[in-house]
Amino acid sequence: MKIIQKVGLGLFWGALLLFNALLFMGEFRLTDEKLQQVTSEPHYEILRHELAPVLNKTYGSSFAFVSAFDRYVSDYNLKQQENEQWNRVIWDDYTFAATKVASEGLVAQNKLLLLLLTIGLGAIGALLNLLPKYRGEPAGIKHNGVMFSSNKSRGIIGITLGVYLIGLYVLLYWFPEYIVNWALLVDPLSHMLSGQPASQWFLYGTIYTLAILVMGVRMFRKYRGNKYQLLRTSSVMFFQLSFAFLIPEILVLMNKPWHDFKNIWPLDYTFFYNYRVEGMLSSGSIGLFMFISGILLIILGVPLLTYFYGKRWYCSWVCGCGGLAETAGDPYRHLSDKSLSAWKIERWMVHSVLVFAVVMTGVTIANYFSGFGLLGQWTDTLHKWYGFLIGAAFAGVVGVGFYPLMGNRVWCRFGCPLAAYLGIVQRFKSRFRITTNGGQCISCGNCSTYCEMGIDVRWYAQRGQNIVRASCVGCGVCASVCPRGVLKLENGPQQGRINDIPILTGNESINMLS
Amino acid sequence: MKEGKPIEAFCVHSKARHVVIIGNGIAGVTCARHLRKRDSTSRITIISGETEHFFSRTALMYIYMGHMKFEHTKPYEDWFWEKNRLSLVHDWVTHIDFDKKELQLKTQDPLAYDILVLALGSQSNMFGWPGQDLKGVQGLYSYQDLENMEASTKTCQKAVVVGGGLIGIEMAEMLRSRNIPVTFLVREQAFWDNVLPPQEAELVGRHIREHHFDLRLGAELDKIIDDGTGQVKAVVTKDGEEIACQFVGLTVGVSPNIGLVRDTQLGINKGILVDEHFATNIPNVFAIGDCAEYRTPPPLRRPVEQVWYTGRMHGETLAHNLTQGPVPYQPGPWFNSAKFLDIEYQTYGLVPNKWEEPVVSFYWEHPDGKKCLRLLFDKNRRQLQGVNVFGMRLRHAFFDKALRRNVTVEEVIGKLQEANFDPEFYDRHYAEILQRFNQQFGTSLQLQKEKKRKSLWALLGL
Ligand SMILES: Cc1cc2nc3c(=O)[nH]c(=O)nc-3n(C[C@H](O)[C@H](O)[C@H](O)COP(=O)(O)OP(=O)(O)OC[C@H]3O[C@@H](n4cnc5c(N)ncnc54)[C@H](O)[C@@H]3O)c2cc1C
Ligand code: SF4
Repeated sequence: MKIIQKVGLGLFWGALLLFNALLFMGEFRLTDEKLQQVTSEPHYEILRHELAPVLNKTYGSSFAFVSAFDRYVSDYNLKQQENEQWNRVIWDDYTFAATKVASEGLVAQNKLLLLLLTIGLGAIGALLNLLPKYRGEPAGIKHNGVMFSSNKSRGIIGITLGVYLIGLYVLLYWFPEYIVNWALLVDPLSHMLSGQPASQWFLYGTIYTLAILVMGVRMFRKYRGNKYQLLRTSSVMFFQLSFAFLIPEILVLMNKPWHDFKNIWPLDYTFFYNYRVEGMLSSGSIGLFMFISGILLIILGVPLLTYFYGKRWYCSWVCGCGGLAETAGDPYRHLSDKSLSAWKIERWMVHSVLVFAVVMTGVTIANYFSGFGLLGQWTDTLHKWYGFLIGAAFAGVVGVGFYPLMGNRVWCRFGCPLAAYLGIVQRFKSRFRITTNGGQCISCGNCSTYCEMGIDVRWYAQRGQNIVRASCVGCGVCASVCPRGVLKLENGPQQGRINDIPILTGNESINMLS
Repeated sequence: MKEGKPIEAFCVHSKARHVVIIGNGIAGVTCARHLRKRDSTSRITIISGETEHFFSRTALMYIYMGHMKFEHTKPYEDWFWEKNRLSLVHDWVTHIDFDKKELQLKTQDPLAYDILVLALGSQSNMFGWPGQDLKGVQGLYSYQDLENMEASTKTCQKAVVVGGGLIGIEMAEMLRSRNIPVTFLVREQAFWDNVLPPQEAELVGRHIREHHFDLRLGAELDKIIDDGTGQVKAVVTKDGEEIACQFVGLTVGVSPNIGLVRDTQLGINKGILVDEHFATNIPNVFAIGDCAEYRTPPPLRRPVEQVWYTGRMHGETLAHNLTQGPVPYQPGPWFNSAKFLDIEYQTYGLVPNKWEEPVVSFYWEHPDGKKCLRLLFDKNRRQLQGVNVFGMRLRHAFFDKALRRNVTVEEVIGKLQEANFDPEFYDRHYAEILQRFNQQFGTSLQLQKEKKRKSLWALLGL
């Protein structure tokens, strides 16, 4: 490793360390004005009274502050509930916002500087490490040592990283009040883009986008000379930065609802939720465009584009989950399980999630048209469970947290309802396939090993069969790593797409007979 | 052209016959799989002393380089064998009693067979060099070789690879992946020039040097020297140069692994002699794969063919013969492929290192010196005879058909876009190649128009 790469790695680790240390820094003190800033008028009146013992008191850590804050708020709520004063209960969750404004000291005073020293320096360090990679070496994919790497082969580093990522997601989804110091860092950026203070989701979006961009650069180095991979990576980087990150924030700046135009139901499972539909329909022509383009994508975009290009047009060129998997997740792609039993589980799981999403959405829409009467309760329960199980636990915690444990496409393979929908089209009505080059396969196994979706590509290739599988996201890595030029992603006529040839090209002894 | 010979005259054809296959390589396993597909009643046993389960020998290098683990190189999951009622015996066969139709095993009880298929594979050549048995000196063929190499190179500072063939370059690449400097002794004047025409050999040589190998062309091994403890210390070339090293890879070809059947009644020469149905001189004993030698080679083929594809085709054909009645082995046009470090190579048909009129050659090389295409064809009849391609991929089905149907070189050149198998978005070189061809042969060929692409853009009229 060159010196500069070592420096880069050092900077990255230093920045990461500091970033984590920030959570334990500063003090927390809620004042009257701060409380007023983050609460609604009527709630403010109640809370300033209820929270009197907390106000102006300095807490040494977010843990202490949050526990005091929560105690007083829930005491109040319990009292109301006991007295059956339902309308006086405070259902809004103010913990995150209150904790964030309460944070004082180092972080709150040095947001920009610390942003640069943590996230900024981390990204720069990573780039310094990645950019010189393979310099002076001829183009070609090098997987040397992947199986010996502790990070990439479920060694102690990989497992630690997995646990760390899982921890991050748990905090993000269920305990964001403990990571307010991180959200503070990106406040300046958020103000710049949308004019709003940063939520935990803005923080997440920033880091997510940066991860795709930085690790996208790693892809450029690793797959240099391979135009398919370079274009595909540029595409996910572009869609993440613009469609998923910048445009939604700018929409908010324009007082429109936050909207990611490329996110498609049922991956975007809240699309038909009442608040989303109302939000879009009450936002003028832009809102109407959001609504109509969203629906067109579902009923026309998905089938049509998938017919012509396979589901790859979305999963490995556009999608945000796919974008992270294909960049930050690339070092872990070989960890996917290739066994037949994993395939069975996959089909059951992913299609169950699709059914769940469809039922949940069906009930939501029925509820809407029935005037929120009959199905209100049902809808709420379904939303809660879907959001918890699928939206947060599966897509987030497992989806990314399991990268170093089960590969980078766990969510896409076992959980994504949109992938299931795209997959059904791809399997039964599409021009896309991976063509096998006659009898050239030597069964080496590189293709299967590096398939992130756990497809046993070799199984097909060694019998001269084309690969037509619902789950294939068309990343093209099998074709890139095959040492014998056996595989080619192609769109072509449906006739002969699924082929079953008993004897491979090259042997005429037996063909002669029949 | 159905073969007259009934199956009963060809082999034991009882319902419960026991087919025993020695060797679980591509030849033996393909034979077993196809046997099971066509015949549900036979007992089928596969014996191998090397590994319990079939693995891909061609992937040995990737295990050493850390691209894959041994598990990844197994083409079938471990449950596959039992599910298909293919019994596996993990043991060495030490003796075959052809009269009693019985096998002696090294550690297990003897095994009786009705039909015996010998798919014994190859072994690395050793030319009796002084010091070739020292510790740290080895070839690369078996899984055990890989384990030895792993152990011998743990503390290796410098290595020498002898022999410029496909396994040699793989071994050199393996060592490089562990940052062990390699000196590469190749007897020929250009890399693999006993197979490759000069330009291709040159191209590969350049690429090897680009990877910082110390490639010594025209260098021959004389002897290997001991450090006093039975471990290699250096090699000495025929020129008298001494090259210090702690590991020596000897990759000077392979030959049929027939130690087991030497000095028995089985007819052998370099390999086990077989007819066009893979039958040996003993009834109900057959041989396929690397270890077989054709008494009469199929047209344009060598008597012993030691590649993956031929092993597979032997297996397919013999399984057919043992179940459906014998047909002669008829391989289609020759094909092969390899990878030289980062440069892929494919070949279809016949491209020897030298040719004579009326065969002529067309050669195109990309300015970057890493891609090239050679077509050999008959000057008068214009028929394509073979193609070599480096740094690009070509479609097997296209060339298989072209070669079988004696298509002209002009037609092939005009249809390169159909023949191309490179990934999408890769640079296409059809026009340059065509222009070069026109220049060289004074023709005025045009690229045949690509069929109108069916795509969303077309649908939208774009
Ligand atoms: C490193 C390497 C790379 C290669 N790369 C390529 C390539 O890229 N393309 C290509 O076409 N070819 C390649 N080859 C050649 C190819 O692997 C062989 O041609 C092919 O594997 C031969 O298959 P087989 O079934 O005939 O024999 P084998 O695969 O050798 O199988 C024979 C088996 O029989 C076992 N056996 C032998 N005797 C006994 C006994 N007495 N008792 C029990 N078991 C026994 C052996 O241990 C072995 O497991 C490569 C070979 C090597 C070594
Ligand atoms: S990587 Fe290529 S040669 Fe190897 S098993 Fe896959 S298709 Fe076959």
